[in-house]
Amino acid sequence: MVRKVILSAALTLIVIGGAVVAVCTSGKEPQERLRVATTTSLYDTGLWGYLEPMFERRYGVELDILYAGSGIAFEYGRRCDVDVIVTHDRVRELQFVDEGWGSKRVPFAYNYFLIVGPPEDPVGIKGLSPEEALRKLIETKEGRFVSRGDESGTHAKEKSLWREAGFEYEVVANSGGWYVQAGRGMGPTLSMASEMGAYTLTDVGTFLSYKGKLNLVPLIDRGQSLLNVYSVIPINAQKCPGANIEMADNLVSFLVSVEVQGFISNYGVSEYGVPLFYPCAGAEPAS
Amino acid sequence: MTEIWYGLVKAVELIVSLDPEVVEVVGRSLIVSGSACVIASVICLPLASLIHFRSFPGKRVIINLIQTLFSLPTVLVGLFLFVLLSRGGPLGGLGLLFTPAAMVIGQTLLISPVLLGLTISALNGVARELIDTAVSLGADGFQVAWLALREARYAVMAAVIMAFGRAISEVGCAVMVGGNIKGFTRVITTTISLESSKGDLELSIALGIILLLIALLVNVSLSRLQQR
Repeated sequence: MVRKVILSAALTLIVIGGAVVAVCTSGKEPQERLRVATTTSLYDTGLWGYLEPMFERRYGVELDILYAGSGIAFEYGRRCDVDVIVTHDRVRELQFVDEGWGSKRVPFAYNYFLIVGPPEDPVGIKGLSPEEALRKLIETKEGRFVSRGDESGTHAKEKSLWREAGFEYEVVANSGGWYVQAGRGMGPTLSMASEMGAYTLTDVGTFLSYKGKLNLVPLIDRGQSLLNVYSVIPINAQKCPGANIEMADNLVSFLVSVEVQGFISNYGVSEYGVPLFYPCAGAEPAS
Repeated sequence: MTEIWYGLVKAVELIVSLDPEVVEVVGRSLIVSGSACVIASVICLPLASLIHFRSFPGKRVIINLIQTLFSLPTVLVGLFLFVLLSRGGPLGGLGLLFTPAAMVIGQTLLISPVLLGLTISALNGVARELIDTAVSLGADGFQVAWLALREARYAVMAAVIMAFGRAISEVGCAVMVGGNIKGFTRVITTTISLESSKGDLELSIALGIILLLIALLVNVSLSRLQQR
């Protein structure tokens, strides 16, 4: 009896296993897929949740979205593991294209970074320039600062702000317990800063879409250095012969199309009163 | 604390209404981890009998090694497999990275040591006399192994359940080689990890409860089996 039960259980498992293998292999061939690695901030705002089905319907393709900070996105790109990347780190993007990994860099949306913190603002940085605020934070060490610490685009922006404020990033990163390196996406970093009553640098889109769950307010939202540009970069076919270049180019055309640019400019307006992104249709936004 | 209550309520809602996203994610978890478990069993049960019944130099070392790998970190398996399966890596040509197949391979690697080690322990518990009798009656190696595995079936089943539990509850490897792609490689644990980082605690808790229910179901069926 026991033997029969065990045998039938094993048989069922094997049948399921066989079915899986069949599904995995058969489902893959006929369905064209496009792999995109996208910065966490675009994902956390929910924008991809709308763009993905629109794109899939229009081009009859499965869009595989990998939730990855810009740092990992570049790494996936260099390993030819994705067909196209969406990032927000101008310096490294230009380098990525220069080195021949990306075929072109097409900016399609922008917004601004914010320095946010607890409403009481214990260090008193409200109204300062971003650089002055960072200087005050590190000199007083009276409040904590949560850094993404994950080589993402936001992290790169933070590093460049420290440089402009006159500090070597290595020095900042090792300057004590007030400086916290989260090592996570934008949303989790905001939650962490809120829990700790700390300051952090965030893109405005993710901040607005998380605002209801956070005890943080924007303290610094001015300064040219806070511009945040999102670009799409197809992988170069010469470096990665297997990449789905044609469909990657379709994604670029899709993102800068009048329809999608219009959608992006309205995204979030009904919910937050202000748009989360501004469209810039392929051109670098004038700063 | 209110989140946990809402999570419970939402879990019941999601299960009763058979929410399509939940059904899909739970189904994928079962399929991926179930396949890993079947593949690992097919490989490890015979291999465990081989190791148990043969004596060879370094046997003790091998068993120690297997037991050490019980604590193999899931992210380490993920990292290893990522480097191997990435297009830039030695097996990149197979195009397996970020597919369910890669997750099955990862979980198979992850649970094999547990399955091997526990099966060897199970075989150690089989009475020596039984084996000796079988041998004296002219049983060959294959028959002896089959007899011993059958004799130790409860402990072997427990090992398989344990391995399945480790597979379905891991997140590190699944997210690294699967990529947590919606509708393709997203499973229970990677969804919990993503949704809780997005602040959707209720869905995370609901999925966590479903994961525990699966474990309960598996264990109840096991003990029912043992009572027969």
